Amino acid sequence: MFWDCAPSGSVIAGGVALAAGLALGIPAGAPLRRLGGSLLGLAGLIFVLVQGASAQLDGAGDLARVSPAAGAWCLLLVLMLLMADALAQLNPGPRARAGLLALMLVALLALLWSGTLSDLSVMQEFTSRKNAFRSAALRHLALALGSLGAAAAIGFPLGILCHRNAALRGAALPVLSFLQTIPSLAMFGIMIPILGWLAAASPAARAIGIAGIGFAPAFIALVLYALLPVVANTVTGLAATPPAAIEAARGMGMTGAQRLWKVELPLAMPVILAGLRIVLVQNIGLAVIAGLIGGGGFGSFVFQGLNQTATDLILLGALPTVVMALVAAIVMDILVDLARRIPEPLP
Amino acid sequence: MKPGMILRVALIALLLALVLKPEAFTSVFAPFAPEKGPVIYTRSSLLSLSLSHLGLVAVASVAATLVAVTLAILVTRPAGAAFRPLSRTITNVGQTFPPVAVLALAVPALGFGAGPTLVALFLYGLLPIFENAMTGLSTLPAATMEAARGLGLDRWQRLWRVELPLAMPVILGGIRLSVVIALGTATIGSTVAARTLGEVIIAGLLTSNTAFVLQGGLIVGLFAVLIHDALVQLETYLTKRNGRG
Repeated sequence: MFWDCAPSGSVIAGGVALAAGLALGIPAGAPLRRLGGSLLGLAGLIFVLVQGASAQLDGAGDLARVSPAAGAWCLLLVLMLLMADALAQLNPGPRARAGLLALMLVALLALLWSGTLSDLSVMQEFTSRKNAFRSAALRHLALALGSLGAAAAIGFPLGILCHRNAALRGAALPVLSFLQTIPSLAMFGIMIPILGWLAAASPAARAIGIAGIGFAPAFIALVLYALLPVVANTVTGLAATPPAAIEAARGMGMTGAQRLWKVELPLAMPVILAGLRIVLVQNIGLAVIAGLIGGGGFGSFVFQGLNQTATDLILLGALPTVVMALVAAIVMDILVDLARRIPEPLP
Repeated sequence: MKPGMILRVALIALLLALVLKPEAFTSVFAPFAPEKGPVIYTRSSLLSLSLSHLGLVAVASVAATLVAVTLAILVTRPAGAAFRPLSRTITNVGQTFPPVAVLALAVPALGFGAGPTLVALFLYGLLPIFENAMTGLSTLPAATMEAARGLGLDRWQRLWRVELPLAMPVILGGIRLSVVIALGTATIGSTVAARTLGEVIIAGLLTSNTAFVLQGGLIVGLFAVLIHDALVQLETYLTKRNGRG
């Protein structure tokens, strides 16, 4: 029970903070008060969690584990949403948001590094797998960012060609959206025989690390999923360039390439970046599936955890994925806003 | 239009053959199976797996549609307008949660089986439908709404006979998005012991039997593509009927 999870003094203090935080945070109105309320509530929740964990473990033996139950996670989610909502209401500019994000990440890292949470079972799972965690994180990032880069390298030129050529557009976009409907597990699965055959048929492909299972099929599947948002948003962005701007550029004597680089692409940038945001968030999520075909990443923890019914292992994989996706979404939103602001101050 | 129709019929025929008469494809899949290993998945019938897969998706999507559209209607009424910013924050934040992570996080709370899969599909399915329904209901042409009021329609009549039919193509776009995601997530649901077509793919991955992987992958992929296509057709039809096309 909540009230006997920790020494009564700490429960009362934490509970009061939590209740006050919710009372301040939930009613509509002044966003600063709501932000303060959600922070207070978070502090109370974490305080109770920490005190409770050490109290429960006291004299319980070395193998005992403590983990927060569904109620604590729900409270955490509610408080986070309150904070996000209060921040959305404050509507800070892109630079302020970048600062806030950095501040929050530093606070999160400090909380994790300081060892206050080390009694919780997820953190114990982390300490026993530090190296595996680091390589999984790097692999996950490599999958998500690498596929984004590859998709951008293929998608931008393709998008520009599609913008110029209606026939190509009519053929390419349906094919790409067809690819995107294929369920991820099926796509990853179908990649295996194709790449396995490629590796068997050509030593050159094998030499650069292409194989039926592992990194390569996951990477290629992610690139295929990423192409539609990149190409479609490039086309939409370029098509939305105001005709007057193109006319003016032509009047200034710009060549086709100059128009593309100096007028059309900069004006289309916010829409293109919005496409990259979709891709990044989507691929961070899809990269979890790579864990099933030996591609590494946080998915390997999730599916190991699911196989062994080890909740902490599932959380160790799922929570960083969620954090990574949220951070990616916020960063990309900031970039979209910055790109939108560039052309306006020009007289 | 003609070649598209032929392709559609061919794909449906292929899908039906794969599900109902899997033995017929033994020679096609044989090169991918390990030596002397089984070529065709026989541990349970593909038909029952397909039905259970589609059933999960259908139940979750219908429930998500009902709840999400009701919520969107409430939020777009004057009385519910106060909840609009909060609901927007929730959908924005919620959609960055990876579907697989939602599924994985549902397991500690609900255990294994069809339950957590259903809950994950339902929760994740809510967001695109709610977002689209809210957009559809709040971007209706003002002149039409004025005309409906001028005709003397009361609030219910306006909602049922003007707003919802006009917003339907946009709402359907959200339903399509969430059904496609649900089909994919349900496939992964087999890792938490839900009976879905993912079982075939996972069995293939675990025993390195590429024939199983291909068989399952083809069936799931064909289902997703055909269902997506059907919903797109319905959307185009409704848009045309609304005279917005």
